[in-house]
Amino acid sequence: MLPFVAMGVLSFMQHGGDGSASFDNYRQFFDNPSYWRAMVNSLEVTLTVTAISVLLAYPFAWILAEVVPLRLQRLALMLAVLPFWTSYVVRSYSWLLVLSENGVVNKALTGSGLLSDPVQLANSRAGTVIGFVHFFVMLLTLTIFANLKQLSPSYRKAAADLGAGPLRTFLHVILPLTLPGIMVGAFLTFVLCIGDYITPQILGGNNELLMPQLIMMQIGRRGDFPLASALAIILMVVVTIAYLFCARWLKLERS
Amino acid sequence: MRVLGKLLVAIYGLAVYAFIFLPVVVLVLFSLQATSFPIPPFTGPSLRWYEAVLGDTRLTSALVNSVMVAVISSALAVGLGFLSAWGFARYHLPRAALLRGLITLPLTVSYLIIGMGILILFNTAGIPKSLAAAGIGHVVINLPLCFAIIYSQMGDNQVNLERAARDLGAPEWKVLFLISVPVMWPAIFASFFLSMTFSWDEFVISFLLTRFDTTLPVEIWNLLRSGLNPRTNAIGSLVFGVSVVLAILFELILLRRNRA
Repeated sequence: MLPFVAMGVLSFMQHGGDGSASFDNYRQFFDNPSYWRAMVNSLEVTLTVTAISVLLAYPFAWILAEVVPLRLQRLALMLAVLPFWTSYVVRSYSWLLVLSENGVVNKALTGSGLLSDPVQLANSRAGTVIGFVHFFVMLLTLTIFANLKQLSPSYRKAAADLGAGPLRTFLHVILPLTLPGIMVGAFLTFVLCIGDYITPQILGGNNELLMPQLIMMQIGRRGDFPLASALAIILMVVVTIAYLFCARWLKLERS
Repeated sequence: MRVLGKLLVAIYGLAVYAFIFLPVVVLVLFSLQATSFPIPPFTGPSLRWYEAVLGDTRLTSALVNSVMVAVISSALAVGLGFLSAWGFARYHLPRAALLRGLITLPLTVSYLIIGMGILILFNTAGIPKSLAAAGIGHVVINLPLCFAIIYSQMGDNQVNLERAARDLGAPEWKVLFLISVPVMWPAIFASFFLSMTFSWDEFVISFLLTRFDTTLPVEIWNLLRSGLNPRTNAIGSLVFGVSVVLAILFELILLRRNRA
């Protein structure tokens, strides 16, 4: 066990050691507008993805938990997360197929006369966002579904008895009670999304860079490990801030 | 009003299902297409690209590599995860909370950063890039997960079993292998399966840590450079099939355990 703990710890130390030997790398990040840009892009994409995914997944999880008959629920949920198990690379490639200029979506749109020219979906931020949302809708559906199922139906009955309409019941009872599930899912989305290299690389094209792409570029093309480490540390700091922000709702307990 | 609401609910549900399945269906459908571009219109089924893929030695050797790395690294991760969970659950260690935190830390860090850390470490230690290096990387990402799963399942009733065995004169290694491991079997199995699926799909770490012999996701990545290609569809569909089988097996095992 110990060698692995030591290695795990040391591999993080290494970043710190490289970064703190001098602050040049960090200064470079703050001085160079294109690096800043990557961070801003990353945050924009991640927040957009998280928001869209929550909005899409919540009603879906609700339908699975409340509308679908009980004995079909397990099957329905399993179906809903089946593509979750596809390899990351393959999933992004599939979206490339769907979204490319000659892909299914564009063929359908131009074929039915809705559009005269194909829209550029692949190699754009829209492509990255769609690819991410697809994955995280499944993840969030799982966490929110689990949370909705834990709610006892008596809450809703009590609210109804006290004279609350469906809307008020939802806003004042159900939504606050499922907030932990949403936050856990949203935090996972944030962490996984901001650190992912494949989806933006395959679907986003080279028009704009996100942080992981920038880090990969430092390693791959320039072999600049210290700078890459500094960028990685900055990314980790951002994730930590997000964690502290969500920590109120994330009670990681031993169950 | 009621009917309209139900209709909306049904439409929404189906629309999300369609969104979730769209890429997978397109992937599999056009892997069966005989023409050399996987784009509409669909012209009819053919297994041509599957033959091409299975005849490609680079892809098949990458497949073997992937399976090997997945099995060996998962076994290691589960073994180490079990031992560390056992240690934490049975003995009072100084600063146990801090140490536990350190073990589970990699769960919150991006794979890219973990991969880079290992790469830097190996570079300074002079260890060359290889499949084994990628395997170690997979152990690093899966160990915290195995630890968390197994640790969460270690209850106090098992302590009594172990005490009983010790009272009856079993040496420590016998207690471990004849009592603790069999009692924890479901958790061990679950974490092994999860590790397998993660390792099987993992890309960034393998990409950073291997050179010529590599795993399947990296080989697929190399294929992607040539743009849309029906071979990629075929191999992607195969990988998807394997993952689904693993997932269903996992689900069935969990289901049986819950019923028991």
